[in-house]
Amino acid sequence: MWILSIVLVGTSSILGALNFVVTILKLKVPSMKWTEMPLFCWAILATSVLALLSTPVLAAGLVLLLFDINFGTSFFKPDAGGNVVLYQHLFWFYSHPAVYLMILPIFGIMSEVIPVHARKPIFGYKAIAYSSLAICVIGLFVWVHHMFTSGTPAWMRMFFTISTLIVAVPTGVKIFGWVATLWGGKIRFTSAMLFAIGLLSMFVVGGLGGVTLGTAPFDLHVHDTYYVVGHFHYVLFGGSVFGIYAGIYHWFPKMTGRMLNETWGRVHFALTFIGTHLTFLPMHQLGLQGMPRRVAMYDPQFAYINHICTFGAIVLGISVIPFFINAIWSWLYGSKATDNPWDALTLEWTTSSPPPIENWAVLPVVTHGPYDYGKSDRTVEVPQTTQTAVSL
Amino acid sequence: MQDSTFNTPEISLDSPALRERVVSHEEHQDLRVFGLLTFLLSESLMFGGFFATYLILRGGTAVWPPEGTEVELLVPTINTVILVSSSFVIHLGDIAIKKNNVAKMRLWYTITALMGAIFLGGQVYEYLTLGYGLTTNVFANCFYLMTGFHGLHVFVGLLLILGVLWRSRRFGHYSAIKHTGIEMAEIYWHFVDIIWIILFTLLYILTLF
Repeated sequence: MWILSIVLVGTSSILGALNFVVTILKLKVPSMKWTEMPLFCWAILATSVLALLSTPVLAAGLVLLLFDINFGTSFFKPDAGGNVVLYQHLFWFYSHPAVYLMILPIFGIMSEVIPVHARKPIFGYKAIAYSSLAICVIGLFVWVHHMFTSGTPAWMRMFFTISTLIVAVPTGVKIFGWVATLWGGKIRFTSAMLFAIGLLSMFVVGGLGGVTLGTAPFDLHVHDTYYVVGHFHYVLFGGSVFGIYAGIYHWFPKMTGRMLNETWGRVHFALTFIGTHLTFLPMHQLGLQGMPRRVAMYDPQFAYINHICTFGAIVLGISVIPFFINAIWSWLYGSKATDNPWDALTLEWTTSSPPPIENWAVLPVVTHGPYDYGKSDRTVEVPQTTQTAVSL
Repeated sequence: MQDSTFNTPEISLDSPALRERVVSHEEHQDLRVFGLLTFLLSESLMFGGFFATYLILRGGTAVWPPEGTEVELLVPTINTVILVSSSFVIHLGDIAIKKNNVAKMRLWYTITALMGAIFLGGQVYEYLTLGYGLTTNVFANCFYLMTGFHGLHVFVGLLLILGVLWRSRRFGHYSAIKHTGIEMAEIYWHFVDIIWIILFTLLYILTLF
């Protein structure tokens, strides 16, 4: 049952990714050059290509597992000539790219939110665009770092340590790009921006944990301990969830036509930020002390730190309350949003809030890049387009 | 050039608007073939997972295929010849429709469907007469799983061809300028053929030589 449901959702992933790849590659408005496409679209392109290439291998592995469980085959049964590590290879070949699928769109959100709320052109547009593609490619060649303790031969551990360290570089490129974008910008500490900046710090912590885990000699000591749990919650919660919150605060006015309450947004941010650190930072220490993952009970020596984590988790639980109340209340009664409450320059802000069906009756004509703040003598910034195509 | 702070409809001879022939979102190119090609790229990675499984399991087994589950060569070779030739036949059908000859296209596609059906018949015959089943040993697991999934894809391809033949009964449905369905069925059929060539190499050539 589980297998069938994963195959179903995997199929939906592939179909969605197919749609996005074809749309981005072939259905850009003709006047939009590749260098004028918003970085969020570059991120989705990389995500979709990665999904297309990695998800089918999971499907294959799950089919084999289904047959082993239900139809008497022995692909993964060593007594009958099968290979258990084979399952791990098929599983992780997808599941490592899966984590990039979870973070690449978030990086795209960051590249949209930061220039707008710092009112500054993005630093290193091409570098950030290409780094998304680099993560897509290199990310297909690192999966064995989840299998350092599976009897993997030494040469394989060496190769995948190196490739894992390499895959951290494009992400570093992005982090530097965003920091450079913030530098000297006219920063508005809106809730969206707070979460974006929060992500920067959170993801660096999580990423550094990932770099240490990617080195086989260190991983041998902390594999299957809470060190790993600490790492991936920093990148998943401090990365993906913070980024989703930033995106929601940024695009809620566009989607609903209402503004979210900024004060409660700040409360939400403060609680989330503190809660995340309190919950997940001590886990690194727990792992180093040897507390294993996936256990119902732990040795009493780990109790004190676990209690800190629990307190942090309670803070996180409380943190969603202002967010949900804010979202629901603002959707119903919030102040009406204008077309472009953040004075952003990308195409979505030229539509009404919320946009009409099909967005534009006549396709816009793109005349310049999406982050061109302060790049001309104009006193009023113009969006990516002010012209519309006219039938001739 | 246009003053960008006013939204006037004046268009100079060199403006982007003049170069834009696309006004509304209904007017875009037919992307169904591109979509199919992208999907097939993804699908080939699923088969890739099966191929990797086969090669890894083979690498870890001393005698391959194990005693009692050898492959036989006659029927699969005939089947290979039939399937590969059918790719040429279906291509003749594509050439025919590009010359606006629906009748010829129907002829070639019907022959392709027959060849595909014979291929599937040959596979069923193989399954019935091989002497070992899905669960006999790990080689048999791989053999039946890989050829089974391939056969499933052949069956889908057959349905696509039959679908084309059905739709072509309506006059004017397919023409030299409008035959996306025909092309898509052909591309899918070539995909099925290529996967078979790899399968044949892995399961038969590699085990006998």
